[in-house]
Amino acid sequence: MTAVAERTALEIGAPRKRKEDQRLITGRTRWTDNIQLPGMLHLAMVRSPFAHANVTAIDTEAAKQAEGVVAVITGADIAATQGACANAWPVTTDQKTPAHLPMVVDHVACTGEIVAAIVARTAALARDAAELVDVTYEELPAVLDAKEAVDDTVLAHPDLGTNTTAVWTLDSAGQGTGGHVDDAIAEARVDGIVIERDYRQQRLIPAFMEPRSTVVDPTGEQITIWSSTQVPHILRFLIAATTGIPESKVRVIAPDVGGGFGGKLQTTPEEFITLAAARQVRKPVKYTETRSESLVSAHHGRDQYQHLTLAATKDGTVTGLKVELIANLGAYVALVGGGVPVLGAWMFNSIYKFGSYRFTTRNVLTNTPWVDAYRGAGRPEATYAIERLMDELAVAVGVDPLAIREQNWITHEEFPFTTVAGMTYDSGNYEAATARAKEIFGYDALRVEQKRRRDDLDPVQLGIGISTFTEMCGLAPSRVLGSLNYGAGGWENAAIRMLPTGKVEVITGTSPHGQGHETAWSQIVADRLGIPFEDIEVLHGDTAVSSRGLDTYGSRSLVVGGEAVVRAADKVVEKAKVVAAHLLEASEADLEFVGGRFGVKGTDKGVGIAEIATAAFTSHNWPEGVEPSIDAEATYDPVNFSFPHGTHLCAMEVDTETGATTMRKYVCVDDIGQIINPLIVEGQVHGGLVQGIAQALWEEAVFDDNGTLVTGSFVDYTLPTSADTINYESEHTTSPSTTNTLGTKGVGEAGTIASTPAVVNAVVDAVRHLGINDIRMPLSPERVWRAIRDAGSAATGDTP
Amino acid sequence: MAKISVKVDGVTYSDDVEARMLLVHYLRESLGKVGTVVGCDTSNCGACTVHLDGRSVKSCNMLAVQADGHEVTTIEGLADGDTLHPVQQAFHDCHALQCGYCTPGMIMQATSFLKDNPTPTEHEVRVGMEGNLCRCTGYHNIVRAVLAAAGEGGGSQ
Repeated sequence: MTAVAERTALEIGAPRKRKEDQRLITGRTRWTDNIQLPGMLHLAMVRSPFAHANVTAIDTEAAKQAEGVVAVITGADIAATQGACANAWPVTTDQKTPAHLPMVVDHVACTGEIVAAIVARTAALARDAAELVDVTYEELPAVLDAKEAVDDTVLAHPDLGTNTTAVWTLDSAGQGTGGHVDDAIAEARVDGIVIERDYRQQRLIPAFMEPRSTVVDPTGEQITIWSSTQVPHILRFLIAATTGIPESKVRVIAPDVGGGFGGKLQTTPEEFITLAAARQVRKPVKYTETRSESLVSAHHGRDQYQHLTLAATKDGTVTGLKVELIANLGAYVALVGGGVPVLGAWMFNSIYKFGSYRFTTRNVLTNTPWVDAYRGAGRPEATYAIERLMDELAVAVGVDPLAIREQNWITHEEFPFTTVAGMTYDSGNYEAATARAKEIFGYDALRVEQKRRRDDLDPVQLGIGISTFTEMCGLAPSRVLGSLNYGAGGWENAAIRMLPTGKVEVITGTSPHGQGHETAWSQIVADRLGIPFEDIEVLHGDTAVSSRGLDTYGSRSLVVGGEAVVRAADKVVEKAKVVAAHLLEASEADLEFVGGRFGVKGTDKGVGIAEIATAAFTSHNWPEGVEPSIDAEATYDPVNFSFPHGTHLCAMEVDTETGATTMRKYVCVDDIGQIINPLIVEGQVHGGLVQGIAQALWEEAVFDDNGTLVTGSFVDYTLPTSADTINYESEHTTSPSTTNTLGTKGVGEAGTIASTPAVVNAVVDAVRHLGINDIRMPLSPERVWRAIRDAGSAATGDTP
Repeated sequence: MAKISVKVDGVTYSDDVEARMLLVHYLRESLGKVGTVVGCDTSNCGACTVHLDGRSVKSCNMLAVQADGHEVTTIEGLADGDTLHPVQQAFHDCHALQCGYCTPGMIMQATSFLKDNPTPTEHEVRVGMEGNLCRCTGYHNIVRAVLAAAGEGGGSQ
C-alpha cells in the first residue's frame, strides 16, 4: 500500500469560497428559461383581470387563426387531465379546502388566475395570440380583507358556504404545559399589567429574482420537467398523485434556481398547465412568466391580523399570553398555506418562560392571490408580536427593554427546557448573545445620545430596537408532522458514490437555490472521508439522480440534509473498514481512520479510502462475502427541531418633521450552533436581515377595491436597493445543537425572523416620548409623519 | 424585419430581427447568450445589464435594432479567457452572490461604474449600483466586492 498524506486541515468551519460561483460569475448558467429543445413550443397564459367572476364563455377562434399558434387550451379542454394544486397540510380534519384547478373551468377566485393558454412557435407569438382570446366574465362581489371575510357577508367561494377554512388552537392548559391564560389575564387586570394590542402583518411578495419557468419534454419514456422550483421531489410526487401519470414516468429537474425564499415552495398552476400543454401537442413546451405575472400569481406571504393580550405581574414577569390571529390564505389553501400561521403557534412565547398561553388562528379565504410560506413562515409574525409586546411591557413597568427580557427569558442553565407551547429547546445561551451584542452595539452610549437628543428637542430623534429571537427550524421530525396532519415526512436522504478514480459524488435530496450546498456539503464530506474538497462533487435537484428527497425550505437543509450526508459518509467508512482490514491483513479493531486513511495502530501500515474505492472497481482482491462497493446511502429523520436564537440591536434615526427614517446601526449576534462555512453564513444573515428590514420599512402588496394588485411591478413593489441598505455587523455565539452530529441549527431564516421587530421597535422607541406606541408596517415616511402629527394633536386636543 | 449587424463579445453577427425585438431577447434567443438574463419587465432590476460600446445599458430597455452597428459585451465576454475580470474575481472572493441570478447584471454594472469612478467611496458604490436589484445578499457583500475590485484596479479594465 502506498502512503497517503494525512489531511489535517479541517474543512468544517473554514470560510471556503463557493464552488458554485465560477459558472454564475461567467454566465455559464442553466436557468430553466435557457433551455432550448428541438421543436420546442412556447406557452402564454390568459389571466383573469377580475378578482371574482364566473367565466361564461371563451371565444378562442381568433387566437387559433393567429400566426404561429399551434393550440389554444381552455380549462374545459384539460379538466380531466390537468391535475390539481394540492394542499399538503389540512390543519384540521374538517378544514374546508376549495378545489384548486390549475386552469379554471368556470369560476375565477382571484386576479391573475389562468383561464386559457396559447401554444405557439415563439413566446412573442403566443403572447400576441393571448390578446385575441375573448373571455366573457360575469363579475361577482369580491372579499379581499381577512377581517371582512370573517363574517361571511361576501363569500370567496360561494359553494363552500363560508370563508373560514379552519380554526386551529393550541392551549397550554389543555395540553398540560401551562395554566389557563384567561385566569392569568383576569388576575393581571386586578393586580398586574395587561397589554392588549392589534398588530398587522402586511402582505408581502417573496419576489425571488429569477421569474418562474417550466419546460416540459413529453418525448421519451419519462416525461422530463425542468422547473424553477425549490421542491422537485414534491412536485414529482404531486404530479403523479393528481394527474394519474405514474411517478416512474416523471422526471423533475430543478436546474439553476434563482432564489426562492419560500416563493418556489409550491406546485403551481403554471407547472401543471405546461405539462398538460406539452402532453396535448406532443412537443416540448416552455413557459416563462413575466415579472408582472410573477408578482400576481406566485404565492404571497404574511397577511395576518394579530390580536394579542399579554398578562404580567406589576414587576414585569409575564404570566400569560393570548394570541388571536386572522390569517388571510388568499383564494386557495396553498401547499402549506394553512400551516404557516400554525407554525407560529410554538414561537409566540419565544425565549421566555410564560405561565400560560393560548393561540388561535382563524384561517380565511379571500379573493386575493394565494398566500403561503415566505422566509420564516409563521415565525417572523410570532417574533414580531412578542418582541413588540416585550417593549410595551418594559414601558409599562418602567424598565429598560433588555431588562424585561432578561427577567423573563430561559437562562442557559435551564436547557433542555420545555416551553409553555410544548416545544423542548435543546440548547441556547441568550445571556451570552445579548451581552456580546450590547458590547458591539455600544448600547449604553447610544442610550446616552438618545437622551441628549430628547433633552435638546432635536428634530432628528434616535431610537433603539431590540429583538431577542428564537426560531424552530430543521423541518422536521416526521412523527411530529404526522401529529399535525401534515401530508409528508420530514426526513432527508443522501448518498455517496466513491468513484474508482478516487473522486466522490455526493447526492443530496435537498434542492439549493442560492444556499451553497455544493460547497458546504463538500466541506462536510471532506472532513468525514478525508477526501480533498476539490475532489468532491455535489449533485442535486434531479429526481433521476437523487431519487429520494424532501427538498429545501424551513432552514432544514443543513440540519436534516447535512446530517444525512454525515451518516452516509460514516457508512462509507464503516464499509471501507472491512475492506481495509482485509487488504492490510489486520483486525478491524486495530485500525484507526484518520485523514482519509486506515492505519494499523502502532505501525506505518495503512491504506487510503480512495484506494479502497479503486479496489472496489477491480474487485480483484476483496474480502469474501462482502459486496464489491463502498458506496452508501442514508435517510435521516430528525428527533427534534433545532432552535437557533440571537440578539439583534438596531439604531434608527427618525426625522420628526418629515417622518423619514434612517438606519444608523444594526448589530446581530446569532447562535446557530456549529458553523460549517462562515462566509456562507454571513451571506445568509445579511440577506435575511434585509428581507426583514424591508417588511418593516418598505414592502407591501396593495390591492385596489376591485382586488387588482396595485403593486404589480417592481415600480410599485419596492424591493430595497443598495442605496437603501447599510453594512451589518454580525457575530456569533455558539451553543451546539444536541440533536445532530454536527451540532448545527440552521440559518436561512434567522435574519428575516429577527430584524423586523428590531427595526419597528427602534422607530417606535425614537418617537415614544411623543405619545406613540405603534405605527403600522411598512413604516413609510408618510405613516411615521402621520403618527407624529396625530399624537401631537391628541396631546394638545387639536383636530388634525 | 430589419437587418442588423452587431458585434457581441468580439464576434460580428448579422441578422434579420423583428423591429419590436428587445436587445436582451436578441442576445438570449438569437445568439444563445443566455448568461444575460431577464428579471423584470419595467427596467427596474438590471439583471439584463450589458455594455454597449463599453457603457452599461439595461438590454431590456433597448431594441435590438438600436444596437445595429454597435459593440455589445455580455457577462460571457468579460473574462480574458480563463482569467477572470477583477470584478468577477472580487464577487467570488467576497461572496457577493448567492443564487446568482442578478450577478451578471451586477458585474456588468460594477465594471461600467468603476470605469467612471475608479476609486469610489462606499456611498458612491451604493448609489452607483442602485439600479440593480438583488434579493439574496442584502447588498452588503456586493458593495464590499465592488470596493475590493476598485482596489484591485477593476476600474481600469
